[in-house]
Amino acid sequence: MNPAFDLTSWLFSLARGVAAGPMEQFEIVPIVPLSFGDGLDLSFTNASLWMLISLGTALLFFTWATRRSELVPGGAQGSAEVIYEFIAKMVRDTIGEDGRRFFPYIFTLFVFVFLANLLGLLPSTPGTPAALHTFTPTSHIIVTFTLAVLSVGIVVLYGLFKHGFAFLRLFVPSGVPVWLLPLITPIEIISFLSRPVSLSVRLFANMLAGHVVIKVFAGFVAVLIVSGGVLSAISILPLIGIVGVFILEFLVAFLQAFVFAILSCIYLQDALHPAH
Amino acid sequence: MRAYLTAGASALALIGMAIAAEPVPGEEAGGLPQLDPSTYASQIFWLLLTFGALYFVMSRIFLPRLGGVIEERRNRIADDYDQAADFKRQAEEAEAGYEKALADARARAASIAAETKASIDAEIAEMEEESETRLEGEIAAAEARIAETAEKARDAVAEAARETTQAIVEALIDETPSQETVNEALSNVRSEARARAA
Repeated sequence: MNPAFDLTSWLFSLARGVAAGPMEQFEIVPIVPLSFGDGLDLSFTNASLWMLISLGTALLFFTWATRRSELVPGGAQGSAEVIYEFIAKMVRDTIGEDGRRFFPYIFTLFVFVFLANLLGLLPSTPGTPAALHTFTPTSHIIVTFTLAVLSVGIVVLYGLFKHGFAFLRLFVPSGVPVWLLPLITPIEIISFLSRPVSLSVRLFANMLAGHVVIKVFAGFVAVLIVSGGVLSAISILPLIGIVGVFILEFLVAFLQAFVFAILSCIYLQDALHPAH
Repeated sequence: MRAYLTAGASALALIGMAIAAEPVPGEEAGGLPQLDPSTYASQIFWLLLTFGALYFVMSRIFLPRLGGVIEERRNRIADDYDQAADFKRQAEEAEAGYEKALADARARAASIAAETKASIDAEIAEMEEESETRLEGEIAAAEARIAETAEKARDAVAEAARETTQAIVEALIDETPSQETVNEALSNVRSEARARAA
């Protein structure tokens, strides 16, 4: 067991780690297969695991933060209250006072998306099976699309429930000349239908891109460091790049959760006031 | 060094292979793992399950708790403000009462001083008057005594002059003049002297 041999094997394992394609981190790996007839596969996968981890983190944090409800809040309670006030203000400002009923939904949406984004940034332990690698549920279009459809679905259902047929005035902007309506109304309908798409693609693409960029930079580092000589020295540059992108990703994790929540608020505002 | 190079070359080869065959992991599913519809049902199912659970717990437990304590704090602060305003008002009232009491006390002190001064003045005037009357009485008595003494002295002088005249006349003419004659002569002399003096 001479040191040189150790180093070589370590480098090999590192190389194997980074050699995985930048897309491998998004792979869905079943952990507990659950298959029903007719090809309905509800397996518990790594994606399910990280959704549960997000849920568990939220439960732990809020249980801890509200364990004693103090008039003068401590650190955890204070930060939970900051999130509460932040979302409450956002809902008030965008939907108005009657948006109170949507507050728990927007709050849950923000917390869930933010934790899914954030926890996906945790580093994986090298050498563990792929099923235990860090996974970002929000990097999957189907997840973000489901959440977006949920938001827009609430808009449509609540709008129809509250305003009935008058909800369709959403597609007929007031103050537009009648002869322009045949042009405007299809545009409004298309813009409404594209909402869940833009909402979901924005979050999904941000998460995907961030993780891919980090992975690609990591590949550069590995390639350069094993090249020897000047190239090994240069490997510090993509490493700095990783650090920078990693820090940026924390901001993106928050920002995209915020954007998702506030856009949902703005769409919900339509459900309350369809005539705009 | 050779070992590193070997390792490096191997790693490079591995990476090269991996990057060249980038969609390897998802290949059998067709490209990006995100675009593999066979995973959709499971993801939607677990997403709705976890999201629903989080929504339930948030809306039933945590949000009411957080909202409750925030509300309570707001009320408490408002109450404290009200109470502070109340205390301020009480303090102002107390201050006004104090000012009033002070002014009253000042006024009473001034009136007591004025009364005392008046009574003392009256007493002084009375005492002055009393001593004046007493002095006047004493002066009058002294003047009377002086007048009496002067009268007595005059009588004594007149007696002495009469007796002296009687004695001189007796010695000169060896005859004792009568009392009346002497008196008459003396009064003549006196009137002459008076006339001369005038």
